[in-house]
Amino acid sequence: MSHWIIAPIVLPAMLAPFIVLAARYHIGIQRVFSLVGVLALITISAGLAWTASDGTIILYQLSDWAAPFGIVLVGDMLSTLMILLTSLLALFVMLYVIGSGWDERGRHFHALFQFQLMGIMGAFLTGDLFNLFVFFEVLLIASYGLMIHAGGNVRLRAGVQYVLFNLLGSTLFLFALGSIYAETGTLNMADLALRAQMISADATVGIRVASVLLLLVFAIKAAVVPLHFWLPSSYAEAPGPVAALFAIMTKVGAYAIIRVYTLIFPPNLEVTAGLHDVWLMPAALISLALGMIGVLAAKSLDRLVAFAVIGSMGMVMVAIALMTPEGIAAALYYIVHSTLAGAALFLIVDLVKSSRPSLALTTMPPIAGAALTAGLFFAAAIAMAGLPPLSGFIGKLLILDASFETPFAVWIWAVVLGASLISVVGFARAGSVVFWKANSIAPPDDLEPQAPPHFLSYTAAGGLVVLMAAFTVFGGYAQAYMTATSEQLFAPEPYIAIVVETEGKLSDSTEEGDH
Amino acid sequence: MEVLVASAVGVLTATGLYLVLRLRTFPVILGMSLLTYAVNVFLFASGRLTIGAPPILTDGVTTYTDPLPQALVLTAIVISFGMTAVVVMIALGAYLGTNDDLVDDPVDTDKEDAA
Repeated sequence: MSHWIIAPIVLPAMLAPFIVLAARYHIGIQRVFSLVGVLALITISAGLAWTASDGTIILYQLSDWAAPFGIVLVGDMLSTLMILLTSLLALFVMLYVIGSGWDERGRHFHALFQFQLMGIMGAFLTGDLFNLFVFFEVLLIASYGLMIHAGGNVRLRAGVQYVLFNLLGSTLFLFALGSIYAETGTLNMADLALRAQMISADATVGIRVASVLLLLVFAIKAAVVPLHFWLPSSYAEAPGPVAALFAIMTKVGAYAIIRVYTLIFPPNLEVTAGLHDVWLMPAALISLALGMIGVLAAKSLDRLVAFAVIGSMGMVMVAIALMTPEGIAAALYYIVHSTLAGAALFLIVDLVKSSRPSLALTTMPPIAGAALTAGLFFAAAIAMAGLPPLSGFIGKLLILDASFETPFAVWIWAVVLGASLISVVGFARAGSVVFWKANSIAPPDDLEPQAPPHFLSYTAAGGLVVLMAAFTVFGGYAQAYMTATSEQLFAPEPYIAIVVETEGKLSDSTEEGDH
Repeated sequence: MEVLVASAVGVLTATGLYLVLRLRTFPVILGMSLLTYAVNVFLFASGRLTIGAPPILTDGVTTYTDPLPQALVLTAIVISFGMTAVVVMIALGAYLGTNDDLVDDPVDTDKEDAA
């Protein structure tokens, strides 16, 4: 049993207290440790993804206790893909933070950042539902600190809303876990998958309630309408790079939905039939439409990007709600794309903010470094709106293609294409007001020329755009990988077998199944 | 006993939800605490209600209570306690900064942005 799979959780968990205790007054040392930690995470995640890429399922039993009684970490293609995405995103966000000096505007940024990474990595790797709750709390409590980093009254108030909404979500999660435990007597995902199939058809009330509660919890995390109200304020008010890191947090919700509703409650399970097509699909379509309408209606650039994130989560959810191998493969491609695009946009918004009095979509004098920032915004907006040539277009095409043979095809095509049009108009309006019209008004006399943002900031935002371009150029390989991942998700028997049947300490193979 | 526990969870949840829907931070935080109490009792009961039975192996005992929900509740209590502390601190900060403790968006945000 290799120990590497726990490294993405242990490494940030060790780095964070080290940064607090040993380097709290030395921003330089904090940066070095944080950056080295993120680079190490990328290496480890890439190694794990490489190991898992041939279909191997990496199992790690903590303290060698066998599942379902012990806690397990499981790395399959989906988990390792997500941790690789997280660590890559973390690198660019970290570069931006260092370049823009956000980490000097308040204390403990790097420690909180590492704890945040620990929570996200844990949520992706765990094979146990209660552990998923615990890691959700770890990532949330770190995100509370990051969200109100550098303070300010508006930000604190948005922070209160964010924290309260997520506390309610956590309470709901516990209710869901309680009902699942009461119905099945286990919280290990693989074991649950076996137990859920054993529930007799005349006693399904409890498990139905539990599965709907669980879907609600993950929908809150994924900001699916009507559970999206926490997102616009908190993402818009959070510091730019933090909002960029949060781009992965909505994907934690999407990941959890994919994991739970392919493994535990698969689409062919009688007990939870109708959950994804009757309930999730309309909600997803409405999120997509509402998000993109929000893009058009937004009065400031930061809210515009926040609504674009809601819209892109709607798009991901549409693909997930199809619950077909093609749909999930398209969803995974779009998840990677929209994480990169959302993060790039939030970083660019912060670039704009650094030399503009406010982010309101009104004509103001040109910002410092306008040409380069405008170019980046143009590229990222094209990607987010899903125009060719960037990866958003391919992702959207895959989703449309996956939905072609389903009964929802008309609805999906209409909403996806309509929402794309609206978002193109919205982004074009924002871009022309902020960058183009800026030269049409005379700058005030007392305007002091400001230095353009640090080159590291541009490296970070530009790097994300380059990554998207690479994701487009190598789209064929990426799509093949996503298809393989999706096929692995829809054939969960090896996953279940390796988790349930691997023996740990004190396990006696003659007593198997005796609980 | 089932009725008593179930109605306790129900009443706590209902009161908690009512308070959470208030507009000021103090009742909302109280409501959150009530909700976490409700969920803790609920989790405790998810292992079935048993009276006077040990949770770990003991000589000469045939009925046991399920030890796992107790461990889950312990984790949940610790987490919700910490979270409540965090939200109290953030809410206090917001209250001291803005001089009101409303939880909704201030009405004039857009005006400030446009100014």
